[in-house]
Amino acid sequence: MKKGGFLGVTAAVFRKDTSSEIRTRYALNALFLFTVTTLSIILFSFQSSTVPVQVHAGLLWVLIFFAAMSGLSRTFITEEDRGTILLLKLSTISTPVYYGKLLFNVLLLIALTAILTVLYAMVLPGFIVLSVPTLCISLFLGTVGLASASTIIGALIAKANARGTLYPVLSFPIVLPLLLTVIRATTIAMEQEGWDAAMDEYRVLISYILAINAASYLVFEYIWKD
Amino acid sequence: MKVFQAILGFWLTAVILCAFLFPIVPEITRWYEFPVIPGLEQKARILFFHVPLAWTSVVGFVVSVIFAIRYLRTKKLDDDIRSSSAAGLGLLFCALTTITGSIWAKFSWGSFWNWDPRETSIFVLLLIYGAYFALRSSVQEDDKKATLAAVYAIIAGVTMPFLMFVMPRIIASLHPDPIINTQGKVSMNGTMLTVFLSSLAGFTGLYFWIYSLTVRLARLEFKRSSEGE
Repeated sequence: MKKGGFLGVTAAVFRKDTSSEIRTRYALNALFLFTVTTLSIILFSFQSSTVPVQVHAGLLWVLIFFAAMSGLSRTFITEEDRGTILLLKLSTISTPVYYGKLLFNVLLLIALTAILTVLYAMVLPGFIVLSVPTLCISLFLGTVGLASASTIIGALIAKANARGTLYPVLSFPIVLPLLLTVIRATTIAMEQEGWDAAMDEYRVLISYILAINAASYLVFEYIWKD
Repeated sequence: MKVFQAILGFWLTAVILCAFLFPIVPEITRWYEFPVIPGLEQKARILFFHVPLAWTSVVGFVVSVIFAIRYLRTKKLDDDIRSSSAAGLGLLFCALTTITGSIWAKFSWGSFWNWDPRETSIFVLLLIYGAYFALRSSVQEDDKKATLAAVYAIIAGVTMPFLMFVMPRIIASLHPDPIINTQGKVSMNGTMLTVFLSSLAGFTGLYFWIYSLTVRLARLEFKRSSEGE
């Protein structure tokens, strides 16, 4: 192992990805414009009609899901496209690279979800939340789970051809249990007070996050070596 | 193999005959009669075909994941052939489960598709199989294809229990279920249970018979294509 140890390499990969993102602002710009475009389509189609809370919870997660699908696969694909993956393979070991990129994706998606939810609540007056803590916890857990699944599928897809179309196709069945649960949790946040109203959903989300990360930890090495 | 085929043929014929011909009566007096299940009546007979089909589609998935893990350990392409053949058959059984279930739902619940938790999970299994083969067809090199497919199968295998066991417990289901869902429990008598379990065993046998055939076929095709190069 090179200097810095496990955490050091993880932090270095994270720093590298963050600074290259800050230099180009590719993902951030693309994701922000994606959000604005999609939100305006939703606004055009709703006009002034009122919709039930489940529709709001579902739409919010449709937005987050497709934002994740358009932004999160980049971390591995750019390495592959720029040819930097060979250098990265030479100078590091597999697992810390994965965790560095996972950390980057989680923080990117959390930032994006925060902006997106605030924008959504601002432009759609029907989005009324009774329990803000429930909403925050479910958004946080859902985002972490979605980013974890997207990262490992992104690593997988970087090796395949026809990446753009394949990415949502491969991710959707994997994240569907998460999406169904988190949409329920968001609906509960809009209907009931108290942060513990969605306790069962939190448990499912946490176990999903643990399961997907354990699997990713075990299989990433095989994708990386290939 | 010949003996196995003969036994399997005889076994499944017996199961199908029993499943269709044994009468369903309110009061059981003879050994070959099935009890009436409220709300299902004659429609209960689908139990002997639909549930074993669903079971085999999950067995196919599990076999595929097991050989995917073995492929990653051994890196022998034969394990990948086994894994993808199991998945291919699983896809076939999964499609049959969806079709039989959907026809039954039309007559029991009034519409072909209701997004019942079980319907959702079989639909997602169908999507996983579809994504698995889409991924395979997008990679040309054999060993790379095998590795990526194996990794995807394992990740999908980790999330599958959430759909199979967790979601139906959180979301209310209308599904009559003899194994998992205790609220919608189907009360079977001994005869019905025997026929049901025999059908389960028979369909599992059928799965492994077709599976061994497809593996042999896939091996031959692989041999021919590698000789052609």
